[in-house]
Amino acid sequence: MKISIQINEGPYQHQASDTAYQFAKAAIAKGHEIFRVFFYHDGVDNASRFTIPPQDDRNVVNQWAELDIKNADGEPELVVCVAAALRRGMLDEGEASKNGIDGNNIHPAFRISGLGQLIEAGIQSDRLVVFGD
Amino acid sequence: MATKKFMYLNRKAPYGTVYALESLEVVLIAAAFEQDVSLAFIDDGVYQIVEGQNPEGIGMKNFSKTYHALGDYDIKQLFVSAESLEERGLSIDDLMPLVWEDEDEDWAEKPSIQVVSNAELTKLMSDQDVCLSF
Repeated sequence: MKISIQINEGPYQHQASDTAYQFAKAAIAKGHEIFRVFFYHDGVDNASRFTIPPQDDRNVVNQWAELDIKNADGEPELVVCVAAALRRGMLDEGEASKNGIDGNNIHPAFRISGLGQLIEAGIQSDRLVVFGD
Repeated sequence: MATKKFMYLNRKAPYGTVYALESLEVVLIAAAFEQDVSLAFIDDGVYQIVEGQNPEGIGMKNFSKTYHALGDYDIKQLFVSAESLEERGLSIDDLMPLVWEDEDEDWAEKPSIQVVSNAELTKLMSDQDVCLSF
């Protein structure tokens, strides 16, 4: 089955991202395809490459990165909503230079894109599963 | 591209958290995909479409006017939970008079809001291909 996931909450504050990760990992292990993971609302904070949890805790960002969800063209399918990201100070290189900001923090396993990617995921997938409050 | 039935579930008050505003952003973008779209307002989500919102005092943007644009985006099915209204001492008269224009009837304005029971909402939700919950 082709599955997409929407994550609406940030890491550590909320378990949504952890639960979604466990779900994605289990689905892949069962032979399902994760078409796309879309990060929205505070969920965009799951893509920060600056995340440094204590050593004895899981690294939520790296966990997602290690799942290595990509499409046939090799692009990451861990997709961060651009509007939600920008208003929360989450930038990739392109957005940083476009907005004259002197740094960027999106992990390379993720990419920034528009909300259309969420709708497309809903259309293309057999299931869209939403994690959050 | 295939047409699917999309329902957006709005469950949170318009201010206090960003869910309502960002849900509306998804709905407006989604309109470009020409899917069969409906919205449901449940729990505190019913406050999103209450008439006469004025968040000026709390320094928030009043985005409630945007709901009036939904009809122009051909989004004409707004379901509101009767139980959620009643629990909050609200009725349909407290909600914005949201309408859509019927092309087949000389652009006559028709109400978009339908108050339905939770049992009916459950059935509507089970008829969807995709439910996005905010």
